[in-house]
Amino acid sequence: MTETTIHSLQGDQDPSSPGRDIWDQFKTHRGAVLGLGFFIFIILAVAFGPYIWGIDAQFIDIRARNQGPSLLHPLGTDQLGRDTLARLLVGGRVSLSVGIVAMVLSLFLGTLIGVVAGFFSWIDGLLMRLTDLFLALPLLPLLLVIIMLFRDTLRTAFGPETGIFILIVFVIGITSWMQAARIVRGDVLALKEQEFVLASRSVGTPSRRMITRHILPNILSPILVSATLGIANAIITESVLSFLGLGFPSDFPTWGRLLFDSTDYLQQYPERVIWPGLAISLTVLSVNYIGDGLRDALDPRIRGR
Amino acid sequence: MFNYTIRRLLLAVPTLLLISFLIFLLLDLAPSDPTANLPLTIPPEVREKIRISLGLGEAFHIRFLLWCKQFFYNETLNILEQWWGWDFGGDRLRVLSWQTRSPVVDTIVQRIPQTLWVVGMSYIVGILIAVPIGILSAYKQYSWFDQIGTFVSMVGYSVPTFFTGVLVIVIFSVWLGWFPSIYDTTLVVNDWSSFLQQVKQMIMPVSVLALYNAAQISRFMRASMLDNLNQDYVRTARAKGIRERSVILVHVLRNSLIPVVTVIALGVPQVFGGAIITEQVFKVNGLGQLLIIAIQAGDVPTVQTLTFIFAVLIVFFNLIADVLYGILDPRIRYD
Repeated sequence: MTETTIHSLQGDQDPSSPGRDIWDQFKTHRGAVLGLGFFIFIILAVAFGPYIWGIDAQFIDIRARNQGPSLLHPLGTDQLGRDTLARLLVGGRVSLSVGIVAMVLSLFLGTLIGVVAGFFSWIDGLLMRLTDLFLALPLLPLLLVIIMLFRDTLRTAFGPETGIFILIVFVIGITSWMQAARIVRGDVLALKEQEFVLASRSVGTPSRRMITRHILPNILSPILVSATLGIANAIITESVLSFLGLGFPSDFPTWGRLLFDSTDYLQQYPERVIWPGLAISLTVLSVNYIGDGLRDALDPRIRGR
Repeated sequence: MFNYTIRRLLLAVPTLLLISFLIFLLLDLAPSDPTANLPLTIPPEVREKIRISLGLGEAFHIRFLLWCKQFFYNETLNILEQWWGWDFGGDRLRVLSWQTRSPVVDTIVQRIPQTLWVVGMSYIVGILIAVPIGILSAYKQYSWFDQIGTFVSMVGYSVPTFFTGVLVIVIFSVWLGWFPSIYDTTLVVNDWSSFLQQVKQMIMPVSVLALYNAAQISRFMRASMLDNLNQDYVRTARAKGIRERSVILVHVLRNSLIPVVTVIALGVPQVFGGAIITEQVFKVNGLGQLLIIAIQAGDVPTVQTLTFIFAVLIVFFNLIADVLYGILDPRIRYD
């Protein structure tokens, strides 16, 4: 009896912790919850799927080539008899890790440049001109050029797979930080004028502490929203590169690469393009929905209603 | 406003020079050898001569300045000569492609119509679809139309064009056999049947790109309409007894179009970039395909010139967007 009262009291005591509020608002966005569920499912599937689905993605069984769906191969096999489901699971690992690592890199760069530009006004002009310059670069052509020109060097340096992985992640990271930097800079400029920053400065807080302690926690919500959009953007960019034949080598499957390889057999086996395409599209769609829901949930003006 | 435009135009010149320098530097840093694809039987000294004949013997800064002179001065004079039939005399060196040994600018001029037809048409179609959908979704917010519109635009935004492109090829060319999957650029439209054929081969690439563009623009249109619908001037207009139709289509629409127009202007160069993929899917031999081929062949002058033209487009349309914003919205004054 007493336990339940205490429990319910505790439940009442903490109705408006920020995390709880955000989650409550997030739950009302049906698409975002579905998206989150699907994204977690995809992450679990590509992380543990290859262990459960025992067939090796590289195993060539030339007698079982070009098969349709069957119990042994639920999604069929490709022109060398490799199991499509196994390749899809392994490919998803690469696509998702490229997406997440590239997003982390671009957010790190964007936040760093945004915070520095917003906080230290002497370097603001220079950094913002740099951002404008990057925004004026034709990114997709440059991405293609950089990858075409540097992939052989990196391949010899780090091996075919790691080299391309480093190159693609690096290239996507350094060409997609500009939006985050602009948003972060705007928020930091507004924060800098608030009383609590002035108070903290008046007690002698050094700039480094001020940034880590007061500025960064307060700009977390735009960073989180940019993070989701960044994952979606990076997954798409990686698959575009693979689709144009400039991504990972073909024995190293990614979703974009699988789609690209399947287009050669479009006339004979049109169903083969659908699985990798669906995987890319659904993942990006779910991430975009999560971003949409997060934006609503993290915006206090909407949350009140 | 005029001063502002002039100032921005003047600022664009050093920006573009810096961008062209960066592109040149990037291409120069890369360890690619234009003679690598030639037969191995060519002796090294001949190979070296080929490299020198391609202009690779000079130092970096000299090659960059030479490219600047060829592109900005010689090509401009050539265009003036061709358009107005003037004769400046003299034999000017043009920017030559390493693949074909023909002037890069001529190749680009040949490729532009295909890109403009497919990409330009899809952008216009996308805008024409997006604006009414955006208006209606905002006006009937949270209705079933809005829900469906939001979902479709989310899908259109998330599904990459290379998947939708391949999907429509599978459905409409492989299964149904309605449209050709390869865009035939040699087709000459001179009668009704060839016109129909042109329409047929344009439907798929145009609709794929249009869906993608419409998804983005309709989101902006909806958000901008929603911002304006709750404003006081809308209530005033209704209180005066103006018909609902003209409140929405005259008062609200005109104000909400301001940010949308700038978004549309900003999107034009990105559309050219995105067209690289669509052109690859439907085998349209436009600018995007030219760039891909040039990149694969290590054809530095073509890549440099094309990338620079894309950069010019971006800078130019950024300027147009800012100026349009100032013209359309009297509250914004740059001076």
